[in-house]
Amino acid sequence: MGNSPVARLTAKLLLWAVAMFAFAVFLMPPLYDAFCELTGLGGKTGGPYRATEAGIDESRTVKVQFIATNNGEMPWDFEPLAYEVRVHPGQPQAARFFARNPTDRNMVAQAIPSITPFQAAQYFHKTECFCFNRQQLAAGADAELPLVFIVDRDLPRSVNTITLSYTLFDVTESTTEPVAKLN
Amino acid sequence: MAHGPAKGIGRWIFTTNHKDIGTLYLWFSFAMFLLGGFFAMVIRAELFEPGMQIVRPEFFNQMTTMHGLVMVFGAIMPAFVGLANWMIPMMIGAPDMALPRMNNLSFWILPFAFAILASTLFMEGGAPNFGWTFYAPLSTTYAPPSVNYFIFGVHIMGASSIMGSINIIATVLNLRAPGMTLMKMPLFVWTWLITAFLLVAVMPVLAGAVTMMLMDVNFGTSFFNAAGGGDPVLFQHVFWFFGHPEVYIIILPAFGVISAIIPAFSRKPLFGYSSMVYATAAIAFLSFIVWAHHMFTVGMPLTGELYFMYATMLIAVPTGVKVFNWISTMFRGAMTFETPMLFAIAFVILFTMGGFTGLMLSIAPSDIQYHDTYFVVAHFHYVMVAGAVFSGTAAVYYWLPKWCGKMYDETMGKLQFWIAFIGFNITFFPQHFLGLAGMPRRYADYALQFADWNMVSSIGAFIYGAAQLLFLFNVIRTIVAGKPVTEPKTWEGAEGLEWTLPTPAPYHTFSTPPEVK
Amino acid sequence: MLSKAKLLFARMLVPLLLLSVAGPVMAEKTRHWGDLNMTRGVTDVSRQIYDLHMIIFWICVVIGVLVFGVMIFSMFVHRKSLGYKAANFHESTTVEIAWTVVPALILIVMAVPATSALLNLYDTTEAEMDVLITGYQWKWQYEYLGEDVSFISELSTPESEIYNTADKNEHYLQQVSQPLVIPVDTKVRFLVTAKDVIHSWWMTEFGVKRDAIPGFVNETWARVEKTGTYRGECTELCGKGHAFMPIVVEVVEKDEFATWLSEKKAEVAAIRELTSKEFSLEELMTTGEAAYNRTCAACHMANGEGIPGVFPAVKGSAIATGPVTDHLSIVINGKTGTAMQAFGAQLSEVDLAAIITYERNAWGNSTGDVVQPIEILNFKQGQ
Repeated sequence: MGNSPVARLTAKLLLWAVAMFAFAVFLMPPLYDAFCELTGLGGKTGGPYRATEAGIDESRTVKVQFIATNNGEMPWDFEPLAYEVRVHPGQPQAARFFARNPTDRNMVAQAIPSITPFQAAQYFHKTECFCFNRQQLAAGADAELPLVFIVDRDLPRSVNTITLSYTLFDVTESTTEPVAKLN
Repeated sequence: MAHGPAKGIGRWIFTTNHKDIGTLYLWFSFAMFLLGGFFAMVIRAELFEPGMQIVRPEFFNQMTTMHGLVMVFGAIMPAFVGLANWMIPMMIGAPDMALPRMNNLSFWILPFAFAILASTLFMEGGAPNFGWTFYAPLSTTYAPPSVNYFIFGVHIMGASSIMGSINIIATVLNLRAPGMTLMKMPLFVWTWLITAFLLVAVMPVLAGAVTMMLMDVNFGTSFFNAAGGGDPVLFQHVFWFFGHPEVYIIILPAFGVISAIIPAFSRKPLFGYSSMVYATAAIAFLSFIVWAHHMFTVGMPLTGELYFMYATMLIAVPTGVKVFNWISTMFRGAMTFETPMLFAIAFVILFTMGGFTGLMLSIAPSDIQYHDTYFVVAHFHYVMVAGAVFSGTAAVYYWLPKWCGKMYDETMGKLQFWIAFIGFNITFFPQHFLGLAGMPRRYADYALQFADWNMVSSIGAFIYGAAQLLFLFNVIRTIVAGKPVTEPKTWEGAEGLEWTLPTPAPYHTFSTPPEVK
Repeated sequence: MLSKAKLLFARMLVPLLLLSVAGPVMAEKTRHWGDLNMTRGVTDVSRQIYDLHMIIFWICVVIGVLVFGVMIFSMFVHRKSLGYKAANFHESTTVEIAWTVVPALILIVMAVPATSALLNLYDTTEAEMDVLITGYQWKWQYEYLGEDVSFISELSTPESEIYNTADKNEHYLQQVSQPLVIPVDTKVRFLVTAKDVIHSWWMTEFGVKRDAIPGFVNETWARVEKTGTYRGECTELCGKGHAFMPIVVEVVEKDEFATWLSEKKAEVAAIRELTSKEFSLEELMTTGEAAYNRTCAACHMANGEGIPGVFPAVKGSAIATGPVTDHLSIVINGKTGTAMQAFGAQLSEVDLAAIITYERNAWGNSTGDVVQPIEILNFKQGQ
């Protein structure tokens, strides 16, 4: 067939199929992440946030709740020290979580944050968070894990409760290098 | 060129003849239809009464998964590829498919894919048990070891589908007889051309989805694992980006078949040919932008839910156009009701009912109550079984005399139709009630208030299953002992190049292209 | 010619008549034929959904009657056997445009109530209480945020009913060890998440269905207007126990709820008290058998033999007959990478002690070991 129209069309279609495969594997995940960040879908929150000078909006208070969940067979004790705080938008606020490794082996954990409602996710900024890095605890050790956040002054008025959930995953086995892009 | 087929088994293994390959596809798909049907019988037998009687819940999940996979990828898709192989060259006046050797390959890798898939039933840990939609992390972190074989199988059948579609596109675009312009092509060719483009676009996405699964399961990546920064919901987006066009891939060729049969038995040209072509293209386009309507309960921003709801509702418009066109074709025709026509009419009625429930499902707030219940099961069986399977059966009865030069037994055909039609409705109509009353899908066992309709549904399923055995018998009887027919045109009202050929169709046809006026 | 059409019509009617006779006859025998439609439910949202469902349903019925009416008319009149001659029309742009535009208009009519219902669903006004719902394979955990009350709710239908060795009770597969209790006329916010795979929390009567996704938290809400016991289901395939993790919610008067909550808190304290009590082997075996059947038997089977290749046996296993600490460790901390969860946080010390004692002494695992709740506590704290 050589350079016949059939061969050219076949080559084009094959190329198209390969391109769609590449699209699915290499483009869809980052596109999805970008989309989530934009809309708050999945309650993902942005990475470390640098506070700019902005006043505190004292005209309203927002209730921020904390939830801690252990994934699967993760045996650590993991809980927020206070389950709820009320903050003014724009005001930096600290919170702490307690974690204890009750087992007899050293373990590494990764906390995955999630925020609900969606429309709040992009207005919830963390300046400091234990979830930016993996947490290591020796057998029997415990720690207080810090978190500092600011609720954006632009938070829509319809939102008055924000729930921040951390799910703790056991990543001891897969820890070979720090996972940088975790937020 | 005038030589006939080779002798013996070699004819089938090495064949590059479109009719042989079409035959192979059709028999393969029927075998898979029986296998998937057997799984369905196990499911319905277990659900006959509350309580676990026949299988254990973990095996029940393997049955629902395998039933879905085998029916979608093994039975329905290859059946229409088989029809395409047989009919497209004969409909456009081509001597064969454009890529005959690839055609052989794309068929022969399929049995391997399904042998691998079926063998997982006997493996330790059992067959895939995570549903045909295989949502992560049930299909990754929590999957049985056989998941790797499942992924391998999906890759092979994906490759087969992609090759098959490239072949169809190349044939339709390059090998049409002189004068056979695009807008003169039979609708079956049109719907297949559009389907083939859909397949080339989305089968690689499915391959991508299972590749990411493979990486997550075996190589420690975290595409779908929240612990590593991935997201299980991403899987659902990737899957349905493939999965929604996939359901149109299944139904569009069926539209083509119905658009050939209804005019033939109404003795009247198809109403609104060009609007049928545009409607098909519109459905194909919409199929790419509605995928998240399968995920209304996953948690989406309000704007997302609204968008996917509106876009999904829009599909009703081109689909409605098609149904109205078929009915206008029948209107003031001179109808007769041979078996193919009976199946085609049942298709129009039952598919439209599936369309109505589809419209109900598109309404996001109501979908909260319908999602993942038997209402959805009823909906997609109305479009998949009464849609794709009925039209496939209609196609076999319609073209069987042309293929083998023998006439099937009309009484037996009609009997099969009525058993299938009644059995189908007894099986799936009560499932609407079950879903609305609150029975979730993929349940191995259920609460007592669902008992009665489940029993009815199971009885219907056995009746419907029996109809398929009658179908098999009727086809074999026709081939072995059917009344010979030689008229080029089996059906009085049939139109198209395939009916200008001698009956049975010779091994090689249109070696010199016909002139189309 | 017409009489022939009538004859055909009569023939078509026969199966319909048969069905209409058979229907009521079968109906008399049972009582469940009534559940044909969606429930109206007991919340504002569920009623809105129901109304929407009925509007769309009736629109579809009307369209269906018109479309199929034309088709069936034509099937009976435009037959070759009646000598009808086919017309030859096959195109009309006007008609095509009409049946594109009219359905589009109908869709717009449908979209209006659908949009308003959706807006209501996404209401984010402040809730009066929050409940965290966590899906596990195959049970639910409910946590009253800020109240320090949290419990597991799992199927309480005995194996014997599922495997047909006992008669099924009225609430077969829709009963749980401990229902979720919420007050009536109160906006309750449900936060939904999962520990392992995706589940979905569906309470039909509330019009609430939300996927529970590991690593992510979802929210939804309900304000229930009527007290009563409501039963729901998990609606996302989550493995072999998918059909066996029902949801039961008891909606009670507000003061009743307050009483219940304080009793619940007292109960939590009482269980802590019990932890220091010394139990006999018999007591632990009895409690242990019940707790084992509730929590462990789904995988390891009531006879302790597990499912070969999928779930290991406890009967005669190295762990259940070997050192006690290994046994404690696997039950309390789970086993990474398997379906064996860390039960330390899910079950009370008493139940854990009873289960471990039971496993070490049942089915011929006659180690004679007695594990006391206090040992569990010490293990949890000291390991």
